[in-house]
This record gives sequence, structure tokens and C-alpha cells, in this order.
Amino acid sequence: MEYQSNYVKLALPKGRFMLPTANLLQEITLGFKDYNDKTRQYRLRSRRFPHLSAKIFQEKDIPTQVAIGNYDLGICGSDWVEELLVRYPASALVRISSLDYGEGSVYAAASYQAGSPSPIESPAEKSNWHIVSEYPNLAQSLALNLRMKTFKIYPVWGAAEVYPPDSADIAILWAKNEDAVVAQGLVPLSELLPVTAILLANREYFENKDLSQILNCFSPKLTSRPAPYDGWDKEKFLSFNPQAYIPNKLNAQRKTVTSHSQWQTKEIKLALPDGHQQSPTSQFLKRTGLTLKGYTKKELNRRPFTDLDWLGIKVIRPQDMPLQVANGNFDLAITGKDWLLEHLSRFPSSPVKELLDLGFGMVRIVSAVNRNMPATNIDDLRALIQSGKITPLRVASEYINIADKYLRDNYINPCKLIPTWGASEAFLPEDADLLIDNTQTGETLAQHNLKIIDVLFESTACLIGNKDSLDSHNKNEKIEFLVQLLSKGLS
Amino acid sequence: MENQKCKGMRDLLPNDMINFRHIEGAFRNCCLKYGYQEVRTPTLEYLHLFTAIGTLTPNMLGKVYSFLDWNGWSGERVVLRPDGTIPIARLYINNLSEHKIRKLFYVNNIFAFEETGKKGRERWQCGAEFIGSAKLAADVEIILLAREVVRKLGINNIKLQLSHAGLVKALIKELNLSPGEEAKIKSHILDGDWQALMEAKTTISELDKLISPLLSLKGKSSGFLHNTRALYQQASPDFQSSLDDFTNISTLLDSLGCDYEIDITAISGFEYYTGVCFQLLANGDKIGGGGRYDDLIPLMSEKNIPACGFALYIDPMMKLLPMEHKESGEYRILIRGEESTPETMKSCFTLAQALRDAKKTIEIDFAKQESSGYRWVISVSDKKPSTFAIWDSKQNQRTEVASVLEILNILGG
Repeated sequence: MEYQSNYVKLALPKGRFMLPTANLLQEITLGFKDYNDKTRQYRLRSRRFPHLSAKIFQEKDIPTQVAIGNYDLGICGSDWVEELLVRYPASALVRISSLDYGEGSVYAAASYQAGSPSPIESPAEKSNWHIVSEYPNLAQSLALNLRMKTFKIYPVWGAAEVYPPDSADIAILWAKNEDAVVAQGLVPLSELLPVTAILLANREYFENKDLSQILNCFSPKLTSRPAPYDGWDKEKFLSFNPQAYIPNKLNAQRKTVTSHSQWQTKEIKLALPDGHQQSPTSQFLKRTGLTLKGYTKKELNRRPFTDLDWLGIKVIRPQDMPLQVANGNFDLAITGKDWLLEHLSRFPSSPVKELLDLGFGMVRIVSAVNRNMPATNIDDLRALIQSGKITPLRVASEYINIADKYLRDNYINPCKLIPTWGASEAFLPEDADLLIDNTQTGETLAQHNLKIIDVLFESTACLIGNKDSLDSHNKNEKIEFLVQLLSKGLS
Repeated sequence: MENQKCKGMRDLLPNDMINFRHIEGAFRNCCLKYGYQEVRTPTLEYLHLFTAIGTLTPNMLGKVYSFLDWNGWSGERVVLRPDGTIPIARLYINNLSEHKIRKLFYVNNIFAFEETGKKGRERWQCGAEFIGSAKLAADVEIILLAREVVRKLGINNIKLQLSHAGLVKALIKELNLSPGEEAKIKSHILDGDWQALMEAKTTISELDKLISPLLSLKGKSSGFLHNTRALYQQASPDFQSSLDDFTNISTLLDSLGCDYEIDITAISGFEYYTGVCFQLLANGDKIGGGGRYDDLIPLMSEKNIPACGFALYIDPMMKLLPMEHKESGEYRILIRGEESTPETMKSCFTLAQALRDAKKTIEIDFAKQESSGYRWVISVSDKKPSTFAIWDSKQNQRTEVASVLEILNILGG
């Protein structure tokens, strides 16, 4: 590593553990100015130690950042640590200790459907399980440990709770408690992993670097709970008996049962986006005259209601839509061209195609570097790599398949692709050299001292559809009707 | 960035390949003489081929190389073949199952993640499968075939260990565990951890009497099994019939003069074994193993077809080959062009072709390379009166010749 041997770098979480982590650091005199939920800073300096700095990450990125040696220490939830280690047990991570705070658990949950046997009745007997999760590695481990005969895992960016029972048998998801699982319309089958905050170290640095000054500060806060060195209790996976859960939860489920069974009768299934894209999509749909209940900022129902009785709607992440349309869980979806292209770059023969450009939500997908990098275009960058000044080029992106293709097409080699889960601009310049990301105005990039060197393409919202659905005589007519309806919204 | 090879992967260099081909050749010859036919399965298979039958342990399935194929949007994963036998069973079911008996063999690589990367993650094995016979003669045939291959290769200090999966399974049944507990103990044993069984037995004291002697069961003849049987009069019919089967096979091996050692813990690997299992060790290293797996094809196809087979591990065997299989330079022949003119080059290539047609192995050199490894060096020149000069490094003798026929006379054979 380039930095001095006594310099210590810490990766700190955004989101659910930001506040308790900030409090902890304050208490043990390791406080950082600007580590709070109002901050626009990603890079933090220690108030006390000049040789200590920190950076704020999406929690999910932290285990990887520590394992690859960009950070000496990190704090994040045990769920993301196990998600990495269950698939890559040789990762250079040391779980130093649980910290004395945590929240919620990762649950396996299903939907209870009246009249049909529980999907978990006998995992080894049922074939063709569909499991949806933000934790695809934990999901695979569960499937193997339960000896599921055949299974498919749908990795998603979020909203796993809306998939069962029609689009998946089981969701593996994080929730504050069992009641929170029930409130999302599901039955918790098993608590797979209680989530506590964990102090992590890079194995190599833990063995070879003096981190004692910093670790000393943590020592009073390390819990008496055993450090999860061997991961979570795997035996629990093997012995989980969901039958015990189900009868207790039945009452809670009654109200969702009806809406689920209705979904099966819908001839056309449409996915609408949550997050940033929700509001412009909602406004667009208003212009088309489509009546929609439960798809507003104030009230988001994951299964909004419409007066077209043959149309079923669910609200999921736009990132997940092309895959979900390809595998037939949905016929149509409103997403961005960027996510369609990301999907098609990975699966060129996928049966998903764009049906209508909706025109709104325009962003540019760009490649950007730090302002001080002596490169104004991709050719300059290639020359820098070939001269040996940067090798390998570290590329951070949420769009790993678009990035991969872009790098290939531009003969950028050698390079390392770092998948990120948002806030990718914070990776440069310390943890990545090139960013491939979307931008509306370029302001955020400029704020982070980045300059755009290439525009890959422009992306707007679009309606995508499954080619097989279009070929189906029954569905084709209704899809055509919807395309006509949506065309009315084009300004 | 250096051009490094992937962790856990191995380059096979020329000398390695000589050993590799030698093992492969001996294996193929033996199998062909026993009437087995060669097949080869693809490197990629669906993950569900291995999960569906529930025969590989979660631990093993957690170590497969799996990924999404180009049409992986459905969530279907593919794997680099993690096991040799299951794909052969699939191949049989898909293509050959109209013949009840098929004897097949293969030379394939299998892939498994190994954490340290110090042991190989790509392993080569040669295996044979006798599909369609439940007779103990089939068990004995595959044991004899495996042993013959190893013997033909001249590998010394071979130990053949016999165990019986049916016996082990019957033993676990005696413990009267819940299905979950039973699956767990089986997984431990299949992953090579017999301690789990020792621990389970200590909770029930009567079973201690049953298990302890069996786990330490080590003997060198069928008489040993016969006497052991007398100790287990109370055991279940499954246990008794497995012990009978085991005794009959070892009796037949005795009569054929095949040495073995009975060791009930000599099972590692796969749950699909149902009957006699064996391991081959050389100087303590495991170089192969196999056994009867009557339930595998029924699980995959609902066809009630029994089978048995084995695999020999090429990588450890390559280290054990006797030295005489290393390549010697005694018969190597080099043609050297004295000039780099088109005429000389043409003469060199023409001569080389003529000698190759006469079944000689010929290398050509225009760069005046080191010739010490060669028995003969033939110099070719268009400027000298006699076109060819042969240098015999063994006789230390130079001869000028004018024709290919003369050269062949000198080279002999």
C-alpha cells in the first residue's frame, strides 16, 4: 500500500448504523467531525489522531473494501460480512468483535397462501425453489444446507418482500423484528442471522501493522458476546423448523391472502419503480389518465391498485426490472435505459426489449476521473496505463456490465472492476481511478473534484417488455393497449 | 501486471505431460482390454444436476465453481464439473440407457474450490463405471481393474482398503436419530469427519459396544469379517445383509489372491455409495477410490439401474511414477541447415518429411541451437559436395552421405 505504515484508514457505514456508530466513536474518543446523517462529506479526519482518517460507505461495500486492503478497519452489520464470507471464505477479513449495538435480523420469509401447503413443508422434496434476496450468497447457502433439489436465486437491489408468493417462494431479507416481517405481508420462517455491528480488520494489516493505538480505544466497547469468528450458527440453517412459526402468524396474514390470490388472475403484470424514479413516473402516469391508487410520495403500496382489472402492478427497484421481465415474473416494466443496457450487456440473448421511450428522467452515463488526473479523454487514460503510470486501472461502478464492455471496447487493460452499491463518486481518487456513473447536471461529480472524460450514452425512462409476452396472442392486445395509453403521456 | 496463472491452477509442462499421457495410456489400455468404452462429458453442467439428487454434501456444493451462463437471467446456475461420476450417470441416462449393461470409462478434470490455493483446484482423474449389474462380480471387477492400472504403472507400496457404505448407513440407522441429526452425521462422515459418529455413540451406552469395535475394524481377510459377524447377532437385517455382501466380496478377493485391508473408515466422498467401497493408497497418499452406487441412477431417472465404479487421481500418481518413464534423448534426431538459403531450407524440409514417413521423429534447426541432447545430428548444405553429414554422438563418428536411403541405413530400425 502506498500510504505510510502508521497511517490508519477506517471505513464507516451510512444508513442504519450511522448514528450508533457516531455515538460509539464519540464515546471512545475517536470522534470524527461531520460524521452524521446531514453530512455531504465522505472523507473524514480524526479530531484526535492526525494519522487516522475515515471514509463513509454504503454498508454493503465495507467488507469488500476492508478485504481488498483499501481500509485497515471497518464497521458494518454482520449480515454483509457473512454475505461475503459465506461465498468467499478465503477473504482477507478478521472479525475482531461484535460491538454492543445492532438492529434486526436476516429472516427467511414466505407468504402464506390459503388452501396451498406451506412452501417450506419439506425443502428436500419440492423442486424448483425460487429465492429472492439482497443476500444472494446467504440465499445459496440456505438452499444448499436445506438440500433443496433445484433452486433459482434472484439477486435483487431491494424490495425483496414484494416478490413472494407469486414471483418467489422465499425472500431472505433484513427486518427489525418478526412483526416487521409480518407487516410486510410475509410469514417469518426462520431467523437466519441476528444483525450486530461488527468491527472488522484487514487480515494482512492486522498481522503486520501496528493498529494497537486505535484498537485500544475500542477495547472497552467490545462485547462479552462471543465474536462471530465461525460465522453465524450454520447448524440453525439445517435444523430450522418453519412449521412452528406458521400457525401463529396466520391471523396476521389474512388480509394479504386475498390480494395475493388476485395477482395470479391478472393477465398483464407491470413493474413500477420506487426510489428517485417514483415521482417522475407517477407524474407521467397521471398524464396518461391511468388511475392508480397507492403510488404517491405520501402513500407507497408495493401493490398499487388500478381500475384495469386485468392489470397487476408491483413496485420494485428499477435495477431489478430487466431481469424480472426476462424471467417472466413481469410482462412489462418502467425502468431506465441504463438498467436495460446493463442487463443486455450481461445477457445478450435475453428476451427483454424496449417498447417505448418515455422521455423523462434523462441522465447521462459518463466516465469520470479525478480533476488532477492528466487525462481529458479515454485515449489519454489508455496512454497512462500503457506507460505504466497507472496499473491496473481501478474502476468503480454500479453498472458493472456496462463498465466491463466499455473497458473492453476501449482496450483498457489491465484494469480491476469494483462493483459499488451507490455513492460511487466517493471512491475516487483513493479507492478507484475511474468512475462510470450516471449524472443529471454533473454537479455532484464536480463537487467531488471529478471531471467527465467521456459520455457513454444518454438514458431516459422507458417501457420494457418480455418478447414472449408480446408473442402471446392473449397478452399482445392488452400490451398494445397499454403502449397506446402510455403514448398519451409523452409530451 | 504479471501474467499470473489463477490460484490453485496448474501448468502441465512437457515432462508432466509425458507422465500424464503415460498414466492415461496405461489406464485406457487396461479399460479397453476389459471391454470398457471411452466417453467424455462436458466441462459445464447445470448446478441442479448435483443438487437435485441430494448426494453431494452442502460442504462440497459450497465449493463448486458456479456462475450464471449467458442465458442466466432465469437464475439457473451452471458449474464447472465438480465430480466425475454424476455426469457419467447423466450421459448414460440421456443417451445409452436402452442398453442395460454399459461399461464406460473417462479421463476428465474436475473442479473444486480449495481455500488455501495450495492444493489443486483443478484435478484430473481417470475413472471407470460398470453400469447395470448388481452382482458382486462387478464390484470385484472394478477393484481388479483399478489395481491392475496401478500395477501396470509400476507404482509401489500400494494398499487397498475396503469398507462398506451399506454397513455404515445401517450402523447410523441403529442410532435412532432424528432425520435432521442423521443427515448431519452423514454429512460429517462424508466430509471425512468420523469423530461425529464417535461423539454420537457416547450418548447411548449400548451402542458404544456396537460402534467402537466396528470403527476400529481393521483386518486382512474375509475370515475376519466372518468372525466379526458373530459379534453382531442382534443387529438389524440391513446391517446383517451388508455384512454378508462385504464378506462374500472379500472371500472372492481372497480366492483371487488380491491383498486388501478392511477399514470401515476408508470412505470419503460421496453419499451415493451404497455397497462395498474401496480406496487405493500409495505410500500413504490416496490415489484412487470407488464403490457401488446403486441408488444414484434411480434418483436421477426413476430407472432402477445399479452401478459401481472408481476413479484414479492422476495428479498424485504423476509424482509416484518410477523414473524410467522420463523422456531420454537417446533417439532424438536433429536436422540442421548449414545455410539459411531457400535451397537449404527446402532440402531440410524434404529430408525431414522423408524420415518422418519412415517413422522417425525429426526436429529441424536453422538457429545453430545446442545439439547435445540429440543422438544424431544431420547437417544439410547445398554448398558442400556431399549434401548430408551425420554426426552420431554415441559413437562419436561423422559420416558423409548423399541419399535418404543411406541415412536410414545409418539410423537403423
